[in-house]
Amino acid sequence: MKLSGAQIVCESLLREGIEHVFGYPGGANLPLYDALPQYPQLKHVLVRHEQAAAHAADAYARVTGKAGVCFATSGPGATNLVTGIANAWMDSVPMVAITGQVVKALIGRDGFQEADITGITIPITKHNWLVLRAEEIADTIAEAFHIANSGRPGPVLVDIPRDVFQEQVEFHYPENVDIKGYKPTTEGHPAQIKKAAQLIADSKRPLILAGHGVIISRAFQELKEVAEKANIPVITTLLGLSGFPGSHPLYLGMPGMHGMYWNNILIDEADLIIGVGMRFDDRVTGRLKDFAPNAKIIHIDIDPAEIGKNVKTAVPIIGDVKQVLRELVAEMKPGRHDEWISHTHDLRDDHPSITIPDTDRVLPQFVIKSIYEATAGEGYVITGVGQHQMWAAQYYWNDKPNSFITSGGLGTMGFEVPAAMGAQFAAPNDVVWSICGDAGFQMTLQELATIVEYELPIKFAIINNGYAGMVRQWQELFYKKNIVASRMFNPDFVKLAEAFGVLGMRVNDKAQVKGAIDVAMRHPGPVVIDFQVDEEENVYPMVPPGASLAETVDLPKLEERLKV
Amino acid sequence: MPGTMHTIVALVEDKPGVLNRISSKWRQRGFNIESLAVGHSEVPGLSRMTFVVDASTNDVEQVTKQLYKVIDVVKITDITHEAMITREMALIKVRATRDVRSQIIEIVDIFRANIVDANPESIIIEVTGDEEKVGAIYEMLSPYGIMEMVRTGRVAMVRGGAVTAPLDGPVEGHGHTPRPHIGPYQGD
Repeated sequence: MKLSGAQIVCESLLREGIEHVFGYPGGANLPLYDALPQYPQLKHVLVRHEQAAAHAADAYARVTGKAGVCFATSGPGATNLVTGIANAWMDSVPMVAITGQVVKALIGRDGFQEADITGITIPITKHNWLVLRAEEIADTIAEAFHIANSGRPGPVLVDIPRDVFQEQVEFHYPENVDIKGYKPTTEGHPAQIKKAAQLIADSKRPLILAGHGVIISRAFQELKEVAEKANIPVITTLLGLSGFPGSHPLYLGMPGMHGMYWNNILIDEADLIIGVGMRFDDRVTGRLKDFAPNAKIIHIDIDPAEIGKNVKTAVPIIGDVKQVLRELVAEMKPGRHDEWISHTHDLRDDHPSITIPDTDRVLPQFVIKSIYEATAGEGYVITGVGQHQMWAAQYYWNDKPNSFITSGGLGTMGFEVPAAMGAQFAAPNDVVWSICGDAGFQMTLQELATIVEYELPIKFAIINNGYAGMVRQWQELFYKKNIVASRMFNPDFVKLAEAFGVLGMRVNDKAQVKGAIDVAMRHPGPVVIDFQVDEEENVYPMVPPGASLAETVDLPKLEERLKV
Repeated sequence: MPGTMHTIVALVEDKPGVLNRISSKWRQRGFNIESLAVGHSEVPGLSRMTFVVDASTNDVEQVTKQLYKVIDVVKITDITHEAMITREMALIKVRATRDVRSQIIEIVDIFRANIVDANPESIIIEVTGDEEKVGAIYEMLSPYGIMEMVRTGRVAMVRGGAVTAPLDGPVEGHGHTPRPHIGPYQGD
């Protein structure tokens, strides 16, 4: 039986096990939307802006571990996806974007709503396709999912002209995908693993730096086994948060620009760094030439291009983190590093990076920590980008694996609203808190309409300091307090929430913080809480831009912080 | 870091946009391609590209790994430090009036080049060799007035029995399907 190109897209998605698609219709993908009602198993979520479709698909993928799917029409629909695709690219999130394109005959002729989206997205996708025959749709979608989900995951884009959606052809879905130029290595090289085990056995001051790769390959148990067997402290990067239990005695929190002071000092002192599924990003390393000056580095990553990109590696191991760690733990001898561990405790006691001062002011850290405590580390927390994100990263020490979802590499303000939506679709029975900046929230708040339409009980905590706070912090510290274009003229967030049919609350008194969180937790629907927090609180510790980790500025004394 | 000229050979899928994908990676990492030659390989559906880039060995290693991530790249090798044969071809149009014509022909003979076109005012010379040879004949011809030159860019192959950027595993020729017609727009 012949099917239309549009039907083939839907059939293919069902064969890939897709349940939810986030999208927006328009001229060029209308045939696809025309076919959707024939596939009720494929639930389409109508977003209010295509960027939100991409971010929702992104967070959905992070929660489920499988590629998220978004639809957009040609031209502006497709270009609106770009930020979301770039975000998924930077954070290695599997995503399949399916865009409509103008009819074949118009391509390259500046047709109405034409954009060269495959050209535009070459640098931010693992691969993309312009499909010019309906016969090629099924194979292309199978390849698209294979590429997005395997190896180092990432976004792909399939661009389909309107008339190709309408062609009628036979449908066969391929059982296997074999791509000549794409054979990711998943098994670590045994000789390298032996060398790594030896380095670990020889080390006196080892540290594990665990990143997103641990979460992507679901290597929670394996990481714990490696750390426990050789008694190695574990630091997680921003995207590695919730890759290791927050309450574990070997866990030390986040390193880097706004990481724990003790971690930056420990990295400086360590004689062995074991990078696991992470890429030595500049926010982690500080000034690169002074990063871990005393350490040999073992680097485990599935992407060969990450090896040696930023740091010199003594033992590179290319492979899937889960498999490599499993092989590594079998190779390792049990070890103790009691002196080193007790040194980490001393440093923590001497440098309380995350102590919240006792004050009546509504400090953003207090609000975030209160939310963390109210959820008991259960459910999911989603953040945007900036000060609130760093505080969330500092104060969430959750045990639940893969429960912290944030925009890491690209640093996309506005991620917090649509990403919370994607996470809630993927985990309908879990509580989802979105920690928002007052500035970022306004970049994507239109999605409150989607959230109400689909009855998603997301709890939004706007950490409202009246600024694009991180911009203000940098202006204050590095631009001689020349505060330009970072002051936010904000709407009445409570009325705004109510206009969408969302329960809105305002908190400007410390005594109300926990009560408001409690009300939100008990409310069956979505909630927006406008936490009007101390305006000028800055994120510390901080590695000034261009400085080394050893030069981390620790938390200033309470009197200094509140003298403003 | 001081750069050297690196010769990199890639075996790539013969698909639309592959050159764009590859050159995009070079551009993104800040490299200028000195020369580039592309053509069909011995395997149907696969092309072999030869790049020459000016860069440090470490930088080239990084970009090569990035290029491997391009799905259409099947194999890529830096053969700079291998024994290799390199060639390029140039067509040079030289002003050649009656009084100097015999001198030019002498130069052509010395370089074992060919005259492929002639008219009363000029001739076209075809020369094949490594860059030095093409550069040398260019220098020799310059005093007569070079009107135009085109060069192909370097193609390279390692000496001996080894294959340059080989295809691993069994070779399966996959047929080339012609692309559907795009444009002109007839209304719809």
